[in-house]
Amino acid sequence: MTDFGAVPGLVELIDAHGETTIVVTRERLADAAAHLREEHGFNFLSDITAVDYLGWGDAGVSGYIGTPAGRDLNTPMTQGYQALPQAKPKRFAMNYHLLALRATRPERVRLQTWIDEGEAVATLIGVWPTADFHEREAFDMMGVGIDGHPNLKRILLDDDWDGHPLRKDYPLGGEPVRFSDAV
Amino acid sequence: MATVTQRRRHGTPIYEHSRIPHPTPSVLTTSEELRATGDIMTVNFGPNHPSTHGVLRLIVDLYGEDVTGLEAVVGYLHTGFEKNMEQKTWWKCITYPERIDYVSFQNNEYVFVAAVEKLLELEIPAKATWMRTLLCELNRIHSHLVWLGTSALELGAISMFWYAFRERDLVLDLFELVTGERMHTRYFQVGGLAEDIPRGFYPEARKFCAWMPKAIDDYETLLTRNKIWLERTQGIGLLSADDAIALGQSGPVLRGSGVDWDIRKDEPYLAYHQVDFRVPVYPEGDVYARYRVHMDEMRESVRIVDQCLDRLENMEGEPWIADDRKVVLPPREELHTSMESLIHHFKIVTEGFRVPEGEAYVAIESPRGELGCYVCSDGGPKPWRVKFRAPSFVALQAAATMMQGALIADMIAAVGSLDTVMGEVDR
Repeated sequence: MTDFGAVPGLVELIDAHGETTIVVTRERLADAAAHLREEHGFNFLSDITAVDYLGWGDAGVSGYIGTPAGRDLNTPMTQGYQALPQAKPKRFAMNYHLLALRATRPERVRLQTWIDEGEAVATLIGVWPTADFHEREAFDMMGVGIDGHPNLKRILLDDDWDGHPLRKDYPLGGEPVRFSDAV
Repeated sequence: MATVTQRRRHGTPIYEHSRIPHPTPSVLTTSEELRATGDIMTVNFGPNHPSTHGVLRLIVDLYGEDVTGLEAVVGYLHTGFEKNMEQKTWWKCITYPERIDYVSFQNNEYVFVAAVEKLLELEIPAKATWMRTLLCELNRIHSHLVWLGTSALELGAISMFWYAFRERDLVLDLFELVTGERMHTRYFQVGGLAEDIPRGFYPEARKFCAWMPKAIDDYETLLTRNKIWLERTQGIGLLSADDAIALGQSGPVLRGSGVDWDIRKDEPYLAYHQVDFRVPVYPEGDVYARYRVHMDEMRESVRIVDQCLDRLENMEGEPWIADDRKVVLPPREELHTSMESLIHHFKIVTEGFRVPEGEAYVAIESPRGELGCYVCSDGGPKPWRVKFRAPSFVALQAAATMMQGALIADMIAAVGSLDTVMGEVDR
């Protein structure tokens, strides 16, 4: 087990399901990334995943079956959790899945940082150039700001699209019909 | 195995000694001097073009026939798989990953199921593990055949397309025999397989294993030393080992750049640590090297399928799915006699099973490279977030590096050799 105690901005180390998660502060993200590449050999960025935790745990605990408006029999899945999930520090999590690609003892970690609406993370293109598309996707789908990205624009959706569809408050199936009033 | 080294010294900026465009790694920009000559022609390639493997759009700046600028525009096939999966219960989600990369459906299906199993900490019976290995390898052959057929077709080898699709049909016949579907089989369940392996599959699979190496010999006779093929592929689309790692390339692209990295070998999953196979590595970093990697991998996959069959033939009557009634559907015949089974069946089908709170990332070696699946659960019956690390999406970033100083005619060969599936790029 590698010692990650010297990672800049370290908040917490989590071990779960055989995976190591290194939580760092938003301000020191780029330093932590550079440190992991230089000192621990994480030369390969696999993936960047942004997660929106808005409404996390709001369904309540099951046992109390129903809402003040009554029980909705058509959606049995709204019966709630067996136990409330652990509260999250901020709304968005940015997860950077890193791999130390080497012949002996390859290793994977997850570098994680938390941000709120309106906050931005630093770009990691200078550390791993492959971050380019991943960061554009996080911006496009989740509306996460990326500071210092040289080409930050939407990647999967149209340039003039409204909103960020993977956010939890993005309406599902309620897409406005364009030009409908021009008929 | 020793070719993966930490060659970059501490403190060296990532762009030094590298052909990766700066500042945007995925965009090749025409220089101002060249643009000032007024001889730059901007060509819009795609999104509807027979050589783009789907709907890829490339904006190419040309100076004569030289490519001076290139930008890939993606998203034409975006269907919101990840958003959709958040609305479905875990077991209903299994159909979605298959359609993300519609050519390597079995591997996509596996990576999602494996991620859910990781959160559930579920143990999988040996028979299911071996069958999954077998089907993933058959799927690799299928995917490589589609790549071979279409890429060779684009470079003028039309007959290659028919030969490759002839064998592809044999693979699809095997899938149909096992699962009832030729593509998008939805055969993997959380916990194992959806059904037992039908009698009659083993001899048919053996027949295929006996035939396939001869077919690959035929392909190689047509292409490997073919003068036209060599001139179209050798020295084209160059990507160095360091650049490939920096750009996150994986699979045949990475191994074609001389990096000995295969998740099946280096971080074994399924039954890969129990089978004997070789990882082909070619150091040239050009289209031809990638072609050789694909061809060798198909041969190795046939060997793996053969070894899986050796094991599976001795597993008659063993369980093919885990025995956890909170997650796995009860056997069909029990529904008529057991009230408890009926309740479990009803609960799993209507409400879905609950997955413990947590997050997991699973990476496997799909035919295109590192296919990752990140799942996050809040303890409820639906995923909170699912994200796929699509190898094709990452591979497209290398196009700008590969096309530096290349000719427009080589673009088809270079982009084709990345083996992108647009469904997976856009998700």
